[in-house]
Amino acid sequence: MAGASKAVADSRANLPFVYRQYSPEQLRQVLHKMYLIRRFEEGAEECYMRGLIHGTMHLSIGQEASAMGICMPLAEDDQITSTHRGHGHCIAKGTEVSRMFAEFFGKTTGYCKGRGGSMHIADVAKGNLGANGIVAGGIPIAVGAALSSKMMKTGKVVVSFFGDGANNEGAFHEALNMAAIWKLPVIFVCENNGYGMSTSTARSTAVKNIAERAAAYSMPGVIVNGNIFSEVAEASFKAVERARAGEGPTLIESKTYRHRGHSKSDRNRYRTKEEIEDWMANRDPITLFENELRDFGFIDDQGIEVIRDAVAQEIADGIEFAKASPAPEIATLENYVYTEQT
Amino acid sequence: MDAVMRELSYAQAIQEAMAIAMDMDERVFLMGEDIGVYGGAFQVTGDLVERYGTDRVIDTPISELGGAGVAVGAAVTGMRPIFEFQFSDFATLAMEQIVNQAAKMRFMLGGEVSVPVVMRFPAGSGTGAAAQHSQSLEAWLGHVPGLKVIQPATPHDAKGMLLAAVADPDPVMIFEHKLLYKMKGHVPEGHYTVPIGKAEIRREGRDLTIVATSIMVQKALDAAAALEGEGIDIEVVDLRTIRPIDRQTIIDSVKKTSRLLCVYEAVKTLGIGAEVSALVAESEAFDYLDAPIVRLGGAETPIPYNPDLEKATVPQVPDIIAAARDLVKGVR
Ligand SMILES: Cc1ncc(C[n+]2csc(CCOP(=O)(O)OP(=O)(O)O)c2C)c(N)n1
Ligand SMILES: [Mg+2]
Repeated sequence: MAGASKAVADSRANLPFVYRQYSPEQLRQVLHKMYLIRRFEEGAEECYMRGLIHGTMHLSIGQEASAMGICMPLAEDDQITSTHRGHGHCIAKGTEVSRMFAEFFGKTTGYCKGRGGSMHIADVAKGNLGANGIVAGGIPIAVGAALSSKMMKTGKVVVSFFGDGANNEGAFHEALNMAAIWKLPVIFVCENNGYGMSTSTARSTAVKNIAERAAAYSMPGVIVNGNIFSEVAEASFKAVERARAGEGPTLIESKTYRHRGHSKSDRNRYRTKEEIEDWMANRDPITLFENELRDFGFIDDQGIEVIRDAVAQEIADGIEFAKASPAPEIATLENYVYTEQT
Repeated sequence: MDAVMRELSYAQAIQEAMAIAMDMDERVFLMGEDIGVYGGAFQVTGDLVERYGTDRVIDTPISELGGAGVAVGAAVTGMRPIFEFQFSDFATLAMEQIVNQAAKMRFMLGGEVSVPVVMRFPAGSGTGAAAQHSQSLEAWLGHVPGLKVIQPATPHDAKGMLLAAVADPDPVMIFEHKLLYKMKGHVPEGHYTVPIGKAEIRREGRDLTIVATSIMVQKALDAAAALEGEGIDIEVVDLRTIRPIDRQTIIDSVKKTSRLLCVYEAVKTLGIGAEVSALVAESEAFDYLDAPIVRLGGAETPIPYNPDLEKATVPQVPDIIAAARDLVKGVR
C-alpha cells in the first residue's frame, strides 16, 4: 500500500480489494492502460479498414479489465502466454504500443520484426512469451515455463491466458494435470467470453462453468466477473501468492464478453444485437472501473480527460512510428528460422 | 453441353458437391468447427445447416484430435463423414487419428473394415495469416500409405473430386488452397465425379513440361501464356492427386517435351517436387531429358506475416517464367 497513510487506509477499509491494495496513482495508471488497450485496438481496426494493415485480427474490446486485473499482481519478470486475442495481455504486461503497431504494419521495428503480426505478438523482454495462432497452444508452454521457474529457482510465476474454446482441446487437460502433479507456479486464466468463434460454451462444453474443470485436476477453480477489475485482480493476487508459495496452480475463469466479432470476417450470426448492446451499454469494463474510481474519489472528470488525451497522443505517435519504420528486406526472408542465422 | 456455361466459385462448387452427396446418401454428414450458423471460416458450408439441420451439419467443439477421431469411428461403423478442418495447419493436432488410425485401420485389421472418411483442409499462404495458418502440409499426408491425398485446382475438379472422395471406400484428404475459393469456373450441374489418381494435361506443349499442383496450376498456365510470345511452347500437367500419383501421365509428357519443371507452394525440400523428379529419373523418360530437372517450391522458412515477404516465400508467375525460359534456352 505504497504511500497511503493510516487515515487514508482506514477510510478505504470497506472498499473493494484493489482500492485497499494499491495506491491511487497505481489505480489511475490502470485506467490509463485500459484506455490504451481500447484505443490501440480501435486504432488497429481503423488502420485495417483503411488497408494499412493486412491479414486479420482478433480484438479484445470489452475484455480489458480481465487482462489488466490478471497482470496487476505480476512482477515484471513473471511470464505469460497469450492467445490470438492477445493485444490486451501484451499491453497489460508492459508493452509499448508503438512497437506493436510497427508489428501490425509488418515493419522491422515491430516486436517480431514483421514476421508475426497480430496473431503472434510478443514481448519476451517483458515476460510475454507470445500470442498464439493455435487455440490452447500456449497452455503447455506456460507449464513448461513454470517448470523452468521451479527447476531454476527463479521464483517466477507464469500465467497462461486462453479462451473458453480452448478448454476442449487435449492440450488444456494434459497441461493442467501436469501442473497439478508437479505443483508448478502457473495460473490458468480462462477468459470466458461466451463463445469460441460462433460456438457458445453451452453448445461446446459439458460443464456449466469452466472453473469446475479444476476439480478434475485437484486445483482451486475460481470464477470472477471479468469485467470488474478489482474482482479479477483479487483472484489473481491470491493465485500468485499460492503459486509463489510453492502450493501449485489455480484455474481462474474470468467471465467477460467481446464486443467485436471473432475476427474481421465475422457476421455475428450466432448472437443477437440486443445481447451485444446490453454488454456494451451496461457492463463495459472501462466504464465500470472509471465510475468506481470517480465515486471513491480517486479521480475526477478532469483527471479522466488528462488520461484520455495522453492515450490519444500515444496512439497517434505509435501509428506514426509504425508508418515511418522500415520494412524488412526480401533478402532476409530466411532469417530467424534457425538461431545461427540471425 | 449446357447452352450457357454455368460458373461457380471453387467454394460454391464444394458446397454443391456436399449437398449432392447428402441428398444421394443419408449416411453422409458434415462435421467441423463453426461450419453451422457461421457457415465455415471460408464460407464453404455456407447455409447448408439451414437445409440439412444440425444433425447433419455438426459444429464440433475446438477439438481437432477428438473430432477427427470421431469421424474415423463413424466412418468405420457405417457413416460417411466429411470432416472440415478450419485450417489445414490444425491437421497437426489430429495427426494421431489421421496417420495412426484412419490410414492403417483397414490394413491392421486384415481388410476387415474400411474407413470411408473425407477430410477437407483449407491450405496455403497469401492471406496474411502468418506462420500457423498458411502452411501447405499435403506432402506430410502424402507420405502415408492408406491415405489418398488430392489437391483440386479448379471449381470443376473441386466438385467432381469431392464426389469421388465421398464414394471412395478409403480415407481421402482434400487440400483446398484458400486463394482458390473465390476462383470462378465452369461447373456442370448434378452429380459427376473426377477420378482420384489421374493427372490432367491443362495445356499441351512441346518444349517443357511443368508439373504443378493446386494454385500453382493457374500460375503455370499464366507463365505458359506469357512465354508463348517468345516461341516457348509449354505443357502444363495438373497433378491433382499426390497419392496415388499418376506416374504415366508425367512420364509420357516428359518423353514428349524432354524437360521438366515442378512447381508447388509447399517448402521445396523433401516435397512433392522431389517425388516427381525422382519418378522421372527412375523411368524411361530419363533418357529423353535434355536438361536437368528443376523444382520451384516454397522457401525454407515458415510463412512470414509481412505481405512482401509472404509473396517472396512461394513461387510467383515471374519466377515460373524465368525458370521455364532458362530451362528451354539451356541456361541451366
Ligand atoms: C487448434 C485450433 N483450432 C481452431 C482454430 C481457429 N480458431 C481461432 S480462434 C477460435 C475460437 C477460439 O475461441 P476461444 O478459445 O473461446 O477464444 P476467443 O476467440 O473467444 O477469445 C478458433 C476456432 C485455431 N486457431 N487453432
Ligand atoms: Mg471465447
